[in-house]
Amino acid sequence: MARVAAVTGNEAVAEALRQINPDVCAAYPITPQTELMQRFSSFVANGKVDTEIILVESEHSAMSACVGAAAAGGRVATATCGPGLALMWEMLYVASGMRLPIVMAVVNRSLSAPLNIHGDHSDAMGARDSGWIQLWSENAQEAYDNTIQAFRIAEHLDIRLPVMVCMDGFIISHSIARIDYLEDDPVKNFVADYKSVYPLLDLDNPKSFGPLILTDKYHEYKRAQHEVMTRVKDVVLTVASDFEKMSGRKYELFETYRLDDAEIGIVILNSAAGTAKDVVDSFRERGVKAGLLKPRLFRPFPYEEYAQALQRLKAVAVLDRSDSFGGYGPVFMEICSALYPLAQRPAAVNKIYGLGGRDFLPQHAAEVFAELEEIARTGRVKTTKEYIGVKE
Amino acid sequence: MAVATRRTQGLTDKQLHYCPGCTHGIIHRLVAEAIEELGVLEKTVGVCPVGCAVFAYEYFNCDMIEAAHGRAPAVATGVKRVLPESVVFTYQGDGDLAAIGTAETVHVASRGEKITTVFVNNAVYGMTGGQMAPTTLLGQKTTTTPFGRQADVAGFPLRVAELVATIEGAAYITRVAVNTPKNILRAKKAILKAFNVQIQGLGFSLVEVLSTCPTNWGLSPPEALRWLKEKMIPAYPLGEFKAPEGGV
Ligand SMILES: Cc1ncc(C[n+]2csc(CCOP(=O)(O)OP(=O)(O)O)c2C)c(N)n1
Ligand code: SF4
Ligand SMILES: [Mg+2]
Repeated sequence: MARVAAVTGNEAVAEALRQINPDVCAAYPITPQTELMQRFSSFVANGKVDTEIILVESEHSAMSACVGAAAAGGRVATATCGPGLALMWEMLYVASGMRLPIVMAVVNRSLSAPLNIHGDHSDAMGARDSGWIQLWSENAQEAYDNTIQAFRIAEHLDIRLPVMVCMDGFIISHSIARIDYLEDDPVKNFVADYKSVYPLLDLDNPKSFGPLILTDKYHEYKRAQHEVMTRVKDVVLTVASDFEKMSGRKYELFETYRLDDAEIGIVILNSAAGTAKDVVDSFRERGVKAGLLKPRLFRPFPYEEYAQALQRLKAVAVLDRSDSFGGYGPVFMEICSALYPLAQRPAAVNKIYGLGGRDFLPQHAAEVFAELEEIARTGRVKTTKEYIGVKE
Repeated sequence: MAVATRRTQGLTDKQLHYCPGCTHGIIHRLVAEAIEELGVLEKTVGVCPVGCAVFAYEYFNCDMIEAAHGRAPAVATGVKRVLPESVVFTYQGDGDLAAIGTAETVHVASRGEKITTVFVNNAVYGMTGGQMAPTTLLGQKTTTTPFGRQADVAGFPLRVAELVATIEGAAYITRVAVNTPKNILRAKKAILKAFNVQIQGLGFSLVEVLSTCPTNWGLSPPEALRWLKEKMIPAYPLGEFKAPEGGV
């Protein structure tokens, strides 16, 4: 029996954490994530969970405490965003290098300077090479569902890797939406009891974490990390299929929307995908074969599956809510890499939108689709990368 | 008619955004007056924190630079090393200074940087909605300690002035409050002295100011002033913890 509620994205993820009841959460407040850990703190204070909550002095210490707690054998979760995630950067690599299955909610926020607290993807994109698995969520429901699945993925015995679950700051974290909660027992059974694999103080098998490894073995160690990443997508799909059995909600590596017979398509992450889907419908009503792809698993990036989904398009626009200044947007770079091996591939353009929380409006998606129609007709791309929604 | 008093030139005309009864505004005025009275407005650079005072660059009538959360003293060090004749101050809350930026403050003191820190201790993270700060009092209710701060899980209040006063490079360290006219006048004197210590090149100076946050304390402005007097001052005694010998 599902419970229907009207909650913010932050509240939804806090509720998932309540149901999972991790052993340790170490966190530092930062807008727009603050509400999430604050709600979780009240579960702790009210005795609804057994979690040790550690109110540390910074995000760098938050992730360090998570590393210690996970190495000690605890199930560990945290949350942050924007500059907080940036400050964790050093420790992100430590967590993944030690193969610690920490789950972190990332409420996507822009980076300074100029200072800005609103939603964009610069934070998580900056962390994309850190060895963390990344799941992205369009809305509160997906953030809740992805959080529950994240524990199973992170803790899977073939993987043991940290996972970040991303949702858009303010747009999703702070707006109230309808959500179907699962009951506590099925969620608890789904994530199951935590199995600690190499805990500290196992006196028969003493061990050290994160030792010095120089030119002799470091390279091999990193290759091992790459190899375990190649196994992630299968685990993500298995966990998704178990989750579907429990919830009736289907998840894959990405979501496609009216893409099967489409000639032009948009690739776009998170909340803006919802806006763009409406525009797909309006183009379809006019007889234009428009479609959409919304990535869910961004790290590791399942290149072949993306290529297969997009190969029949004549033209594709990849919309990025972050930039690699002097390069292309990060999603565009991945999509182009995915398409490159195809003998025949769609023409591709990159649009940068919505930085620092700038609204992404249906008209923006409509302009992109209109341009794609033109590209599909002429086969010519005028500008590969362009900012849209700019005030001149 | 003779002008008896006027607004300090150290502040712009911009209306402050602080909540009613918040004493951040009083502290702004004291800092601005001190800069003006010392005649150093044209050579002062301020470093803003991330916290409720994040918009301080709109209010102080001098050049300002926005630091990342907690990093103001390090940024100030860089400014001062390039412009040694300038007067450089940081304006920081207790989250900014006593949580995420503790290291920076300890190390500007250790290096004896000739900068001044105005440290606004309101016992919470005001800007993010009143979570526990390292300075939160035992038993104090915050959004992350809804039943009050308990030492066994959340530790003890951090006394920054006492801590920094143990460091050799710190020249002038004091704690003041802005809850009564008398204390406000004392706070003004302390801020003037702190800037003088910097101007005379004596080392690092820090003025800890006990300040109210009626919004997150859940109190009316008069109640907040009373709470500051009755709860905060006993936990954070006022006075000088370190001062240059022979006065300034
Ligand atoms: C790296 C980083 N972590 C967290 C934050 C979120 N944050 C902004 S202000 C603040 C606390 C401010 O409290 P305080 O310094 O006491 O200032 P007050 O608002 O009380 O004056 C926090 C945690 C941030 N901006 N950057
Ligand atoms: S939240 Fe507190 S510190 Fe911030 S402006 Fe309001 S009263 Fe002042
Ligand atoms: Mg404060």
